[in-house]
Amino acid sequence: MKVLTELASALAASEIRVVDLTHTLAPEFPQITLPPELGQAWPFRVEEVSRYDERGPAWYWNNFSCGEHTGTHFDAPIHWVSGKDLPNNSVDTIQPERFVGPAFVIDCSKEAAADADFLLKKEHIVAWEKKHGRVAPRSWVLMRTDWSKKWRDPVAFQNYDEEGQHTPGPDIDAVKFLVEERDILGFGTETIGTDAGQAYHLRPPYPCHYYMHGAGRYGLQCLTNLDQLPPTGAMVVAAPLKILQGSGSPLRVLALMESR
Amino acid sequence: MTTPLQRPRRKNPILRTRQPTAPPATRSRIALGLTAAAARGVFELQVCRDCGTTQYPPREACQNCLSERLFWKPQEGLGELVSETTLHLSYELFFRERTPWRLGMVRLDCGPVLIAHLHGDVPRAPARVKVHACLDKAGQAALFAVPEKETPNMADDKQLREMTCDPKYRKALVTDAKSALGQALVKSLVEAGADLVWAGYAEPWKKFAGFDELKKLPQVALMPLDVTDSKNVRELAAEIGGRVDILVNNAEYHRAYGIANRAGVETARAEMDVNYFGLLRLAQEFAPAMRSRGGDGLSSAVAWVNILSIYALANFPPHGTFSASKAAAHSLAQCLRAEMRPAGVRVLNVYPGPIDDEWNQLLLPPKLAPAALARAVTQALKQGVEDLYPGDLAQEWLARWRDNPKALEREIST
Repeated sequence: MKVLTELASALAASEIRVVDLTHTLAPEFPQITLPPELGQAWPFRVEEVSRYDERGPAWYWNNFSCGEHTGTHFDAPIHWVSGKDLPNNSVDTIQPERFVGPAFVIDCSKEAAADADFLLKKEHIVAWEKKHGRVAPRSWVLMRTDWSKKWRDPVAFQNYDEEGQHTPGPDIDAVKFLVEERDILGFGTETIGTDAGQAYHLRPPYPCHYYMHGAGRYGLQCLTNLDQLPPTGAMVVAAPLKILQGSGSPLRVLALMESR
Repeated sequence: MTTPLQRPRRKNPILRTRQPTAPPATRSRIALGLTAAAARGVFELQVCRDCGTTQYPPREACQNCLSERLFWKPQEGLGELVSETTLHLSYELFFRERTPWRLGMVRLDCGPVLIAHLHGDVPRAPARVKVHACLDKAGQAALFAVPEKETPNMADDKQLREMTCDPKYRKALVTDAKSALGQALVKSLVEAGADLVWAGYAEPWKKFAGFDELKKLPQVALMPLDVTDSKNVRELAAEIGGRVDILVNNAEYHRAYGIANRAGVETARAEMDVNYFGLLRLAQEFAPAMRSRGGDGLSSAVAWVNILSIYALANFPPHGTFSASKAAAHSLAQCLRAEMRPAGVRVLNVYPGPIDDEWNQLLLPPKLAPAALARAVTQALKQGVEDLYPGDLAQEWLARWRDNPKALEREIST
């Protein structure tokens, strides 16, 4: 296995950098918000079991709780009604090779800074490809918005007003283009969902969930450090917890990139 | 008239904090009848069914005819101060630290003669007085005579303030300022003279109506607080816990339905997490410091308020899991009360009927207005009671429950 031997050497020589695309699971990190009469995802919570004390003299450990869609997390096709009957649609049945794939990072940070409701359209992707090359099949497309930099301020991160949430995301034509014409593995964002904050008003509502999962593709949300990745050439490792019929899971998302 | 209470001087933080002490707490089982009524703010004495004699002190058999048919009856408490004395020396630690202390002998119009604590505005004997049953720092009924007619600044009397939980010049924490009730509680405490009110709010990204108005009040400090987050509760207690004199826990999760109309356990779990475990988390983190400050001068830690529900007494099936969570909280609040009592910190449990809020939208009136409930809570603190059943519906349920709990269970489940 020449490739893996070379990879090991490159890692040892720091020629390959490993970038952590994950937020820390912490109780302060905001969770997705739904109307209060609907079922709710748990935020991350942690309770101490013992800390070298009468509850366990020589050891420290915690119990934690959270939803499948808390913090930096993976969305499986079964998460959405459009993907409910697909084969291998839950985190425990997805083939493991799908958890590793190249990343194409589309920088929308300027657009998102100018307009919190920015929608990434097909024309943006086509223009991006002219500069950086065609998005390869079976790869992750990551929408860089620098939204993750707001994480210390949950009010700014969630960005609610009287009309609801205002965060950037993909438009319908972009999602369909990536699925139908680029055959991607999935779509990743820095915001709390793969869809825009106002995507409830699109047709269909939440198009990225609807089309991605309907076509058996995946989602990653609440990513961070996308600004450290090159537009092309990084490799993402994103393996969710193996939850029986799980619709998603918090996970550690890593990107491997060449240091040069 | 009573000299108005002056804002206590700022505490010198390097001085030792006095340990709390309590007056004698032992009572016979029958004498606890006096305490049970005083806990609701009522002065009750036993009356003989056979000869009509009013009894004092509480006893097994009528002092006049030896009948055992005695019942507890609310008293007006009007009478005459026959004689008085001022205590200068006491072997009891509580009074030793508080002398001089005024006491008097009162002959009630209904017959009995009793010893009562005397308000400073009661003139020298003979004088007309009104006797109340208060709860003292030991949580037991104590008889307190005040002037028949109200006098200015009556609540500021040194001896009376030892019986009450007056918010004046005290610092309070209201755990959920997002709800209409929470905002009314904050305002009511400010109006009652609280020096500072910390107003907790969870999920800060969901801005709530009334946020800006609260922020404008100079006595109010908004603090992120989510009672489901142990780390958050622990850190807030570390920051302000040593200064909270009154803690009002109104954080609540409330959804309709019982067992059959809702699938799964997630909503019920959320109700338990806020309504029961939230109280437990707050109690574990805030109660120790409050206990240590139960004797901390004029602005000591004095009260812990739990907004429970009348449904804690008997399950209201249309809101069945909510009722269960409030019953759990009610039970835990009794535990908290037992643990706070030695420190003289009162636990005031509030059992309202349905509040006029969005989660009771489909219930017909009468529903309790948040502002009315908040006023009742503040009034209960000033009075020093430990069980409050505010509003007509709560009073009616309480009467039916005391009369026959089984009948109430059947009535509200059909």
